[in-house]
Amino acid sequence: MAISTNDGVKVWQRRDRNGQLKLWAMWLVGTAVFMWSWQQISSVTTWAFFWDAPRIAADIGGRAVPPRWSYMDQLWEPLWDTLNIATLGTVMALMMAVPVAFLAARNTTPSAMFIRPIALLIIVSSRSINSLIWALLLVKIIGPGIFAGLIAIAIRSIGFCAKLLYEAIEEIDEAQVEAITATGASRWQVMAYGIVPQVLPAFAGISVFRWDINLRESTVLGLVGAGGIGLQLQGSLNTLAWPQVSLILIIILLAVIVSEWVSAKVRGAII
Amino acid sequence: MSAALDARVGKPWKKPPFIASSALRWTMIIGSVIYLVLAIGSFDVNWARVYRGLDRGWQFFVAFTHPDFVSRAGEIKVGMIESVVMALASTVVGIAVSIPIGLGAARNISVLPIYLVCRAIVAISRALNEIVVAILLVAIFGFGPLAGFLTLSFATIGFLSKLLAEEIEDMDKVQAEAVRATGATWLQRYVFGILPQVIPRLIGLSIYRLDINFRESAVLGIVGAGGIGATLNTSFDRYEFDTAAAILLLIIGTVMVLEYLSGIIRARVQ
Repeated sequence: MAISTNDGVKVWQRRDRNGQLKLWAMWLVGTAVFMWSWQQISSVTTWAFFWDAPRIAADIGGRAVPPRWSYMDQLWEPLWDTLNIATLGTVMALMMAVPVAFLAARNTTPSAMFIRPIALLIIVSSRSINSLIWALLLVKIIGPGIFAGLIAIAIRSIGFCAKLLYEAIEEIDEAQVEAITATGASRWQVMAYGIVPQVLPAFAGISVFRWDINLRESTVLGLVGAGGIGLQLQGSLNTLAWPQVSLILIIILLAVIVSEWVSAKVRGAII
Repeated sequence: MSAALDARVGKPWKKPPFIASSALRWTMIIGSVIYLVLAIGSFDVNWARVYRGLDRGWQFFVAFTHPDFVSRAGEIKVGMIESVVMALASTVVGIAVSIPIGLGAARNISVLPIYLVCRAIVAISRALNEIVVAILLVAIFGFGPLAGFLTLSFATIGFLSKLLAEEIEDMDKVQAEAVRATGATWLQRYVFGILPQVIPRLIGLSIYRLDINFRESAVLGIVGAGGIGATLNTSFDRYEFDTAAAILLLIIGTVMVLEYLSGIIRARVQ
């Protein structure tokens, strides 16, 4: 807070001069960066298409309504595949994330010097790459199909689950661990009776949360050939079958809403 | 108490189960076993194809030891700049739009009709997957970063408005009331009573969202919405694994730098 004097009258100001100047400099740099970014985007955009967009949107909208409800018969199987990719992918990811989390948590890692950085590296590289990119890669390696999608979801989820889980492990109450150790328990018994019960609710919450995200992501994996309902979406888009596209989008939206509802219910019951 | 204790003394202790009701517990166990059997049964994996692919997987893994930044340097540079530009521009526009929507979506300072409209915008933006939005916008606006920019801005609005609204709902009412008691106009109430309380969190969230937008911009190229994703997709299609590895390393590196920076900035403002 600063006060300036104007003709002998004290005027309240929120910042002093240096603060004000710094703020202005930040705004100036920020605006310049934004304008530069916008210029980059604008220079490669065909603005004729942009001004034409409302007509195109209305045209596509007109073709997409009404959705082709009879196409639903062919959607049940991809929908089941999508659900399986999300669920089994989450299960696989959890199986791998639990050991990684225990190796990465500062209080349970066997070696903070060597093993912890490796575990953190696994977490970071799995987290930085989107599941669609993993799917793209796996389709090239192990061929198109549900299996590629499953592995992509699993790999992508390891980092997320392991990160949240190791943070939960680091926040446990050490007194309980000490109490179990004081009874003469072995290392594994301390783990099973001192640490695991404390992180189990967090674990359950994380798995349901990730399952919800995975269901959303697995709906689009088919776009790169990794199975599920996205494959139907890609097919319909390529053949410009807009009534089918709108039906699939409605189904995806419903699936997302249902999964969010389930995950909110389960997390509400746990916490 | 002592009777209950007496009854338990001398009996072996058993770990209490995670789900207390045994009926619910067994239903869940049996249900999940049946589901697993059905789900795994419906998978048909072509193991011969997987086995043949392992060799290519190994090649890809080896490619990480000698990533090729040079031979496609031009394309990589253009793609990376496009991704960064899309992420920056969409974050700025997203913040600018989500502040009014966030204010409108906070129950304690907004009137019911505005609240419902803003909440509906947030719900729609959050329910639609970025890729799906990008596909539609590419169909409408044509290929290129404009579609990606609009997609990311749209996704940012849902994310930021929701968290901002929750932050405003949790704020300290006393400060806003004190500003109001001085006879401030409604704009002054917002600027001096409400915003100072949520700005630190808003800055933290914006930086976090910039990080997310960059990651997402790396994918949008796959559906034609501009950015490094298109280059990555092409390099996979041509089986140029060393170029793909270089791009992936660049993405991971940028994400790590952004995450580090956002950690520093968030620690400073909070």
